[in-house]
Amino acid sequence: MLHIVNKSPYEKNALASCLAHATKGSAVLLIEDGVYAVAQGGKAEPELRQAMGRVAVYALSPDLEARGMKDKVIDGVKLVDYGGFVDLVAEHRTNQSWL
Amino acid sequence: MSEATGGIDLDEDVSGVIKKFMFVNRKAPYGTIYALEALEVVLISAAFDQDVSLAFLDDGVYQLVKGQHTKGIDVKNFSPTYRALEGYDIEKLYVERESLEARGLSEDQLIVPVEVMSGEELAARMEEQDVVIGF
Repeated sequence: MLHIVNKSPYEKNALASCLAHATKGSAVLLIEDGVYAVAQGGKAEPELRQAMGRVAVYALSPDLEARGMKDKVIDGVKLVDYGGFVDLVAEHRTNQSWL
Repeated sequence: MSEATGGIDLDEDVSGVIKKFMFVNRKAPYGTIYALEALEVVLISAAFDQDVSLAFLDDGVYQLVKGQHTKGIDVKNFSPTYRALEGYDIEKLYVERESLEARGLSEDQLIVPVEVMSGEELAARMEEQDVVIGF
């Protein structure tokens, strides 16, 4: 399963709920305001680090660049472009958007 | 009173009325249209020579982060506009310290000079206003 989160972790609990339901081996892709979650020193860093042992965490690079956050990403998060986004969707049998 | 002006008395001199306006920014840029719309209204209010201040708190502090490059998402990068506000005599930019710290951000990572203050101080500034408009 590919989980997609597009909301800021400070505004919504979408990421927290997503991580609570993402099973081992699934992938979590952060896009739009969801990318603020992968910032160093932010609120979501501890739960993301913990989740990384279980799930692969990706963030959409153009969304990080737009927000000036690309140089603040925590280690272990894999950056993808739009082509990589398409690949992730194609690689997983199902996907779920946590709006 | 005139019917042609919808009952508005145009003879009344209101040109000298200056109110204290604060625009409260609480949303991240790009994910929603709020931040861009707030800037539009701020510029309009400046054209009316009002006493304008901007507050940035919660995800609103992300609007001021340096190094925004929006080419990849095909959206206008409006962050340079915050630097242009000075030219419209809008120089009161207040940023809440707690919101910066919660996001691992510091003042030197912001695109414009601002006054960083506590939530308590910011609340006091809000109380001083005639009009507070939230985005």
